[in-house]
Amino acid sequence: MAQISEPIQTTRDSRGWWARNQMRAAPWLFLAPGIVFFAVYVVLPIFQSFHISFYRWDGLGEATPVGLDNYRQLLDDRAFYVSLRNNLTWLLLYLLAIPAGLMIALFLNQQIRGMRLYKSLFFFPFVISQVVVGLVFVWFYNPAIGLWNPLIGLFGFAPMNILGNPQTVTYGIIAAGLWPQIAYCMILYLTGLNAVDPEQVEAARLDGAKGLKMLWYVILPQLRPATFIAVVVTVIGALRSFDMVSVMTRGGPFGSSRVLAYYMFEVSLSEYGFRMGYGAAIAVVLFLIMLVYIAFFLWRMWREEREA
Amino acid sequence: MRFTFKGAAAMLALTTALALPASAELTGDLRIFFNDQNPAPRAAIEGAVERFQALHPGLNIDLTLIDREANKTQIRNYLTANAPDVNGWYAGNRMRPYVSAGLFEDVSDLWEGPMGEELASTLPALTLDGKQWGVPYSYYQWGIYYREDIYAELGLTPAATWEEEKANCQVILDSGRKCYAIGSRHPWTTGGWFDYLNLRTHGYDFHMELTAGEVAWTDERVRETFAKWRELLDMGAFIDNPTAYDWQEALPFVVNGEATAYLMGNFVVAPLKEAGLTDDNLGFYPFPEITPGIPRAEDAPTDTLHIPAQAQNKEAARAFLLYVASAENQALMNEILGQLPINSTAEVGDDKFIQAGFEMLSTAPGGIAQFFDRDTDAEMASVGMEGFQEFMMFPDNLDEILNRLDAVRQRVAAR
Repeated sequence: MAQISEPIQTTRDSRGWWARNQMRAAPWLFLAPGIVFFAVYVVLPIFQSFHISFYRWDGLGEATPVGLDNYRQLLDDRAFYVSLRNNLTWLLLYLLAIPAGLMIALFLNQQIRGMRLYKSLFFFPFVISQVVVGLVFVWFYNPAIGLWNPLIGLFGFAPMNILGNPQTVTYGIIAAGLWPQIAYCMILYLTGLNAVDPEQVEAARLDGAKGLKMLWYVILPQLRPATFIAVVVTVIGALRSFDMVSVMTRGGPFGSSRVLAYYMFEVSLSEYGFRMGYGAAIAVVLFLIMLVYIAFFLWRMWREEREA
Repeated sequence: MRFTFKGAAAMLALTTALALPASAELTGDLRIFFNDQNPAPRAAIEGAVERFQALHPGLNIDLTLIDREANKTQIRNYLTANAPDVNGWYAGNRMRPYVSAGLFEDVSDLWEGPMGEELASTLPALTLDGKQWGVPYSYYQWGIYYREDIYAELGLTPAATWEEEKANCQVILDSGRKCYAIGSRHPWTTGGWFDYLNLRTHGYDFHMELTAGEVAWTDERVRETFAKWRELLDMGAFIDNPTAYDWQEALPFVVNGEATAYLMGNFVVAPLKEAGLTDDNLGFYPFPEITPGIPRAEDAPTDTLHIPAQAQNKEAARAFLLYVASAENQALMNEILGQLPINSTAEVGDDKFIQAGFEMLSTAPGGIAQFFDRDTDAEMASVGMEGFQEFMMFPDNLDEILNRLDAVRQRVAAR
């Protein structure tokens, strides 16, 4: 053994460490900047949030350790439950973006003159900033000057104050948020439809499949990767729905449109906030909820990979 | 021109040097962070800096203007790292976090001089823990801005008592208008209504005890205040759907005559005039008396300058604060700001509303409150104004709201 391996080792040594390990090291080198930033700006702050949530701290003075007090306070904080319930409403209704996006994508997936223009028009709301979408809808809903009340007036409905009424405000904001989200899902499905195998469609057609059956048994299974991404993106988008709430209502009226992300911001960083420990506790709860979803989807992905 | 300006500056410097022979020549850098970028405040502070520069040519003054809202979060960064020598902020409880954290310089020494007497009206607002932490340069009155022409048309005169106010309001309502515009999408506007109803029903001392967290929100006296508010709500005195508008979006109701009055700070005059109202059809009167015999107290939020504890050039900063407090400077700055000087020897602008505010505040025997969100703890302020917003929409929720507010009060008091 020694006699054989020795000459080989000397030739290896002569190539140097870099030459020998180039293939293995290169991916890590390329990943390094990303890993460093991810660790410093994402992973580390997660642990910091956990840490801060056990303190009472105004961000300036000394932090006082308070154990689980912040979490105990959360348990009987009405605003926390309102935010949690709104988060769930967001989650459920936001998922409507997926079937809506699919419908529009199927509709737009045709060879017609000027289709590119229609596609870009449908995609338009995703391109403009969320802040602009929010402002447009604020004016749209405005009971004094907005178009909404005259519009429903045509159908005989009484005027509404959508963003000022605690019963309707969250639905009003979700509707505004759905507009760009549907466009996003539509794009995901349009690219997915490009990859649908025409031979399978042809074969299905010969077997007499059409309409909904064709969609359900032939097209949708092939769109599974697109559906998967759409669900992940929509769920996470719903959970971190911050910008719309901030722009349209700042969580009002009297906190009825708050979501956890906005409540966290309000408690820790807004004009009347700076209760860092309490804000961190909310962040931890939000993180744990997100973790459930992320873990579920990662597990499903892993299972499918293994089955494949 | 330039030459004459320089000469004038030199003359000015000379005369001050004669007037204040004891003050040593100031040198080095003086960094000022001012918390407003709007045209008028900007011109006011730039003017003050220019005049101070002329007095101290050896000083290298660097003025940074920060957006008013952005400053509310940035102050925490710049006070702890790379502090300026002077920064802008607010009086009252709003100073508390920075005073407690030792980030503001104690400037009680400035207040011991003649300056203290000239600024006496705001001494309580700048005092925490028995010391003074800054110097005010301006304040403005709150009160009822109303459409004089509509009042004249209906044969009304501004009310002096609560009964008159409600009687006036009924006439206005009967004419198909609303009495008060309010935009409560950002709920701070409701704080003005609560402040005045509470100050007029129970007086300054009770209001201060309540905002300091010493009285329970479930106290019977607090309910009396809300009962007065409810009288107006039951009449339908306010515009519909106030939660849909912010304070600027509620202005058109007054401009178009759909609502006849607006309880606001004096900053409301400028946009109302821009929208077409003039001194002839826009008037002002103090919030009417509710409980007879209670000394009249007013809201007058005060804008202030402070020295960060970590400032490099505190000597120059103190000199600047003294200059800002002077009668000459306060008159000039507030002329531009369209607000009131705090220095009692300063001249007041001849604007109709400034004069009315000066008259009202200088004769207020009860005391001067800052504003709900500056007098209370920050958490209490946010939950409180949210509660007022809810009360205006659902007056029947009062018990639940008060219980909630008192839970927050107790928690704040416990820490």
